[in-house]
Amino acid sequence: MSRIRVLVGTRKGAFILTADGKREQWEVTGPLFAGWEMYHLKGSPSAPERIYASQTSGWFGQQVQRSDDGGKTWEQVDNQFHYEGTPGTHQWYDGTQHPWEFKRIWHLEPSLTDPDTVYAGAEDAALFKSRDGGKSWQEIAGLRSAKGNLWQPGAGGMAVHTILLDPSNANRIFVAISAAGVFRTDDAGQTWKPANRGLKSPYELPDPDAEVGHCVHRIAMHRSRPGVLFMQKHWDVMRSDNAGDSWTEVSDNLPSDFGFPIDVHAHEPETIYVVPIKSDSEHFPPDGKLRVYRSRTGGNDWEALTKGLPQENCYVNVLRDAMAVDSLDPCGIYFGTTGGQVYASADNGDTWTAIVRDLPAVLSVEVQTLP
Amino acid sequence: MIRVVLPYHLRTLARMDGEVELAIEGTPTVRSVLDALEARYPALRGTIRDHDTLKRRPFVRFFACKEDLSHEPPDTPLPDAITSGAEPFMIVGAMAGG
Repeated sequence: MSRIRVLVGTRKGAFILTADGKREQWEVTGPLFAGWEMYHLKGSPSAPERIYASQTSGWFGQQVQRSDDGGKTWEQVDNQFHYEGTPGTHQWYDGTQHPWEFKRIWHLEPSLTDPDTVYAGAEDAALFKSRDGGKSWQEIAGLRSAKGNLWQPGAGGMAVHTILLDPSNANRIFVAISAAGVFRTDDAGQTWKPANRGLKSPYELPDPDAEVGHCVHRIAMHRSRPGVLFMQKHWDVMRSDNAGDSWTEVSDNLPSDFGFPIDVHAHEPETIYVVPIKSDSEHFPPDGKLRVYRSRTGGNDWEALTKGLPQENCYVNVLRDAMAVDSLDPCGIYFGTTGGQVYASADNGDTWTAIVRDLPAVLSVEVQTLP
Repeated sequence: MIRVVLPYHLRTLARMDGEVELAIEGTPTVRSVLDALEARYPALRGTIRDHDTLKRRPFVRFFACKEDLSHEPPDTPLPDAITSGAEPFMIVGAMAGG
């Protein structure tokens, strides 16, 4: 029977939650790296026992950890992230130019095919790549050439938080940056172009045709249709049917189109999930009701999924990297909250249970489906 | 021998416990102590001072003999009590506030 391993990064350590394919009885391991901010952990699709983890501290800086036994033991790998050449500058809050400064790694994206190749999304926004299992990192500097001087941090910083590798085209990568937008390369990172046409950000950007500067919170794809992208923007849920060349809004009947994560069902490429949040001023669910919304039509026509989720007095947030799906049938959906709960659904989102309720604030959730 | 006390998170990162004892050639300074510490425990590189500039990270402090040496030039000789091992050289995570 298949097994499920959920990798949870929190403000104060990492946790590994495991269950068999029924997804009813869970074993909780952790905290790993207790006391450190664990921004993200992710396993290699081609070698699932290989897991990479981003470990950070406001005091002691960035570490990257690697496990080759499914998280039982860990090895510290390289923590030097140098911007290529002269780092240059980006837009600062006061309109001046500000030098790029490395702060932390938000997201690690292992290669789909090579366990030693892994990408790292950094704050200040940049993309790094390792070809030796994290023992050394090189910047893919072409990304910052895509109008990087116009990128500007939002209140949460300026970071590459999403990295999507196209399973059908090794030369195509999408990244999303707050607050710059979506960028795409079709030549394995040599050159990048903004992919933000159709995004409207009237409260953040006065120019309705701004090519960069959009506060994209998350993008997602189904591996069977890598040209179709879904986006949770600061405001608005969007989709693109042409690999990001243009976007259309699919928020429709959501109670709020503000939110952070978005994900796609493992077997239904038109079934997507979001967690509406009241607003950018009030980062909690509308009406104190924690509801996942599902669209089975690729956006629009949303239904609330509430069974097992708190429907009163709930004021947690769900961060952008804190939702994931497994690949069992029926598909499992998982998300973590800033209140420390990790909720799981083993039936496509119809019903939910909390695997754990009292972890530190959850920063990220990833799921591995193991044989 | 120079005795060095590390904060909890750096002890766990370096997978050690208790004090570190370091033999320093020449006159011990903050720089030479950190050089020797990082040579013994490469896992600590970048955690106390920047990889490139070797400047102290903002929220790390250096205490010795009830004095804060954080702002002293890194090549300033350490006090005799540190050099003799009578007192430890303390690397401290700064107060978080709150």
